[in-house]
Amino acid sequence: MIIGLDVGGTHTYAVLLSNQGVEKSVKVTTNHADLFSTVLSGFTQLLESIDPSQIERAVISTTLTTNAIIQQTMEPVGMIVSAGPGIDPEFFRTGEHYYAVSGSINHRGREKASVNEMQIQDIAKKMVDAGIEYVGVVSKFCVRNPSHEILIKRMLNKYFKKIFLGHHVSGNLNFPRRIATTHLNAAVFSLHKSFFEAVKKSLTEKGLTVPIQILKADGGTMSLEASMHFPGQTVLSGPAASIMGAIPYAPEGQDAIVLDIGGTTTDIAFLVDKAPLLEPVGIQRGSYKSLIRSLRTDSKGIGGDSTLRVKDGNLTIGPDRQGPAMAFGGPLPTPTDAMVVLNVMDTGDREKATAGIETIARQLGLSIEEAAEKIFKTCCTIILKKTFEMIDQINSQPVYTVHDFLEGYKLSPQKILVLGGPAPFFAQKIEDLYQIDTLAVPNSPVANAVGAALARTTCEVSLYADTEQGIVTAHEEDFAEPISKTFSEDDLMETAYTLLKEKAINSGADPENLEEVEVVEFQKFNIIRNFSPRGKIFRTKMQLKPGLIKGYETVLH
Amino acid sequence: MLKALHKTGLVFFPAFDWAIDPTHPEREERLLYTQDQVTEEGIFDIPGIIEYKPMLATAEDIRRAQFCVPDEAAITTESHLISAGGAKVIADAVMNKEVKNGFALIRPPGHHSMRVSHGGRGFCHINIEAIMVEYIRSRYGVKRIAIVDTDCHHGDGTDNIFWHDPDVLFISLHQDGRTMFPGTGFPGELGGPNAKGSNLNIPLPPGTSTEGYLYVINHCVLPVLNEFKPDLVINSAGQDNHYTDPLTNMNFCAQGYAELTTLLKPDIAVLEGGYAIEGALPYVNLGIILAMAGIDYTGVVEPDYNPEKLKQSVSITDKIKKTTAQINKYWSQRFQMREDAGKPGEIQIRHKEIFYDTDNIFERQKERVRICKDCGGCFEIDSQATPGFHILGVHIPINACPACIEKGYEFFDKSVENKYHHVFLMDRPKGNYHIK
Ligand SMILES: [Zn+2]
Ligand SMILES: [Zn+2]
Repeated sequence: MIIGLDVGGTHTYAVLLSNQGVEKSVKVTTNHADLFSTVLSGFTQLLESIDPSQIERAVISTTLTTNAIIQQTMEPVGMIVSAGPGIDPEFFRTGEHYYAVSGSINHRGREKASVNEMQIQDIAKKMVDAGIEYVGVVSKFCVRNPSHEILIKRMLNKYFKKIFLGHHVSGNLNFPRRIATTHLNAAVFSLHKSFFEAVKKSLTEKGLTVPIQILKADGGTMSLEASMHFPGQTVLSGPAASIMGAIPYAPEGQDAIVLDIGGTTTDIAFLVDKAPLLEPVGIQRGSYKSLIRSLRTDSKGIGGDSTLRVKDGNLTIGPDRQGPAMAFGGPLPTPTDAMVVLNVMDTGDREKATAGIETIARQLGLSIEEAAEKIFKTCCTIILKKTFEMIDQINSQPVYTVHDFLEGYKLSPQKILVLGGPAPFFAQKIEDLYQIDTLAVPNSPVANAVGAALARTTCEVSLYADTEQGIVTAHEEDFAEPISKTFSEDDLMETAYTLLKEKAINSGADPENLEEVEVVEFQKFNIIRNFSPRGKIFRTKMQLKPGLIKGYETVLH
Repeated sequence: MLKALHKTGLVFFPAFDWAIDPTHPEREERLLYTQDQVTEEGIFDIPGIIEYKPMLATAEDIRRAQFCVPDEAAITTESHLISAGGAKVIADAVMNKEVKNGFALIRPPGHHSMRVSHGGRGFCHINIEAIMVEYIRSRYGVKRIAIVDTDCHHGDGTDNIFWHDPDVLFISLHQDGRTMFPGTGFPGELGGPNAKGSNLNIPLPPGTSTEGYLYVINHCVLPVLNEFKPDLVINSAGQDNHYTDPLTNMNFCAQGYAELTTLLKPDIAVLEGGYAIEGALPYVNLGIILAMAGIDYTGVVEPDYNPEKLKQSVSITDKIKKTTAQINKYWSQRFQMREDAGKPGEIQIRHKEIFYDTDNIFERQKERVRICKDCGGCFEIDSQATPGFHILGVHIPINACPACIEKGYEFFDKSVENKYHHVFLMDRPKGNYHIK
């Protein structure tokens, strides 16, 4: 049996799954000030009268790092960045202890200026004096040659508890995002570590000894041990959990939209043949841009508890939440009240809901019934409009080859999957309004926890081979090997697959779930100098696709 | 926080799967290192920098600017159409005021492709700037456009397409034609009789450094633009003036390019040549993008940059000053020169021989233009290519006067059909293209 636990904004759900389906589920109110006791209470209630030795797997998704970013409770850490030619690295400052240093690597990975050891020693002393314990080191083009980062780490090791290096963060180029991501990993490390060590200790005391898996932003899992190196990857795993929870109900061979309608926001995501769409570079939410692999989601500030108002004769919905719906004791009318009025929802205090909607109806010059209908319809329209904008945006993404230009895949969803408390009510309305097959995901409230429970391990490797320089590298994996001039595309793919499997196993993957391998990117270039060939450049990215573990496909139907 | 001072649009289309042939300078690898540099700098994440997806240009787009022989499909590949389409996308973004300015980093280039195109010349098959300019004029009704071609080679294709057009000011800065392809672009080449002085060709001696380029910009290009008062400034941003370019002999640098861009303030820049793909393009392109967006570019310096080694000699400086003075003189005499060029209604004849180095075609032209004081004048080009086709192309300019429209149709109607494989008529006022 397996356990999934998802810490949500309002409630935390935990489920116990067997290959018969959901055996048990529990709901705990999320206490953001004490996530540890929230998680533990979820586990405790779930494991009551269950023999812990029957549990084969446990996956946790939490808001821990997300909260740390939002509440700015991240620890002050030191950052050393070496930029070389280009944009002034001062623009990417992460905080007080941020030092731009000399040294430069070019786009081919060749050293153009060396590290100044005196400068590094000086900075190390300053950071030690300031009480810094964790440091991030990032150099431009370290993805092509990490030697400067490694050298600087060696010089700093004796002064600090842990050093985070940029080239371990991602195989993708993007210096500013790499700085932000390395900083994030360093800044949430001790919080993450103490949290999960405490969780693990408590679970062990309860007799639960299986390895703990943590959900990542890309909808995949990683082992607790692996998460210690990249705690930042757990950011925004909440939306990922719900999207994974929708997968069992997604159509095969088709595109689908996932809408997770919550109290204050609706998360929007897409599935292509049951596989979620990923962000092209990394998580981007507002001004925060990183290299953390993540599902492509966006949210709209509208949900069941959004505050309704009338401004200049026009109805507005949200983006704020002033409490629950009036039907549930809240102060102001919300879309949920409209649903209660319309009898599509049969819980809550109908009288209070009607009173709330009446104030809106009066201002709009409509009957209560008409106003409620209008509110409900407007909600659906706003959410769907945002969804179609996202589809347009995805379909107008730039391409860099003639082939991609001519063959570019166009996302065209034929099904909508709705999750969240009011999902069943919304599903019917959306289907009526847009004539798109719309389904409320069964067990909607616990779908997130189910998604976490069933998510398989994901990972990606990026390889770069340069036969002129005679080397194939995957610096993210600390891999570099000499190659000959005859190194081929097949050699590259074989190396990539070996590295990918190794990485997956090290991240806690079940060997039975290593088949969903996908080449995400492949490019090959001749290097020509003075009109004659000097070698070849090969680039590839290979991934284990996000998806669900085997053996549980049918249990949810 | 890092933010673009001016909203800047980019179309980046490196065509990673297209090349003229495997070892050609214009090949798949050309924008590879630029993409690496630009991606690593996080350019596309900067607020105010907007990346657009290119589109395919159509035959109709090309037919506003060029006669393709035997037709558009025969001499273009998808890459050419995406390249021209990319320039159109940037033009739309700028004209619709979605952005303040825009840069199309596209390949293949286009500025050696002339009014009549039988194939590839100087790596160019169709002229992407000219197609873009004619699109802008038709779609948005813009009248006066200035094109400043800063590619190291003479922009002879663009020069040729706007040769008779007084409303398009074409200025080309390039390495002296006596030392390099295509061997044209001398100060005396000033445009046709109806447009004398609206083409300015500024040859620069080999070894010209940043100092020389910026001198010409400050002492000639900017004052001329000031007087011409264009509605739109376009930069054919060739990057082969760089001190490491394998095909040329100049000493320009990335900082210089960025500064030139800051001075010129182009509304639209379109990438042309530039073949030092590893040591120059990543830095030059980055410098131009930052300059267009109004972001500090002082950190963009080639790793091997050595200003001492790149200094230009006193004799080069003298030559540049002399050329600049000569051009300024021509510019000040432009109206008199047009007056002296001939009587209205008269037909003037010009013979031209054109070699297509990419496709090994030799073309002979006989051009007949109507002298006109009211518009750019209509003209016909009798063009015979070996190997290839014999065609007649008739052009009626976009702002043509009634007499020139009439004359244009007369050229077309009177052409003897069995003499030519095709006869084309480009009727710009009506937006029609006739073939017989
Ligand atoms: Zn050139
Ligand atoms: Zn006329």
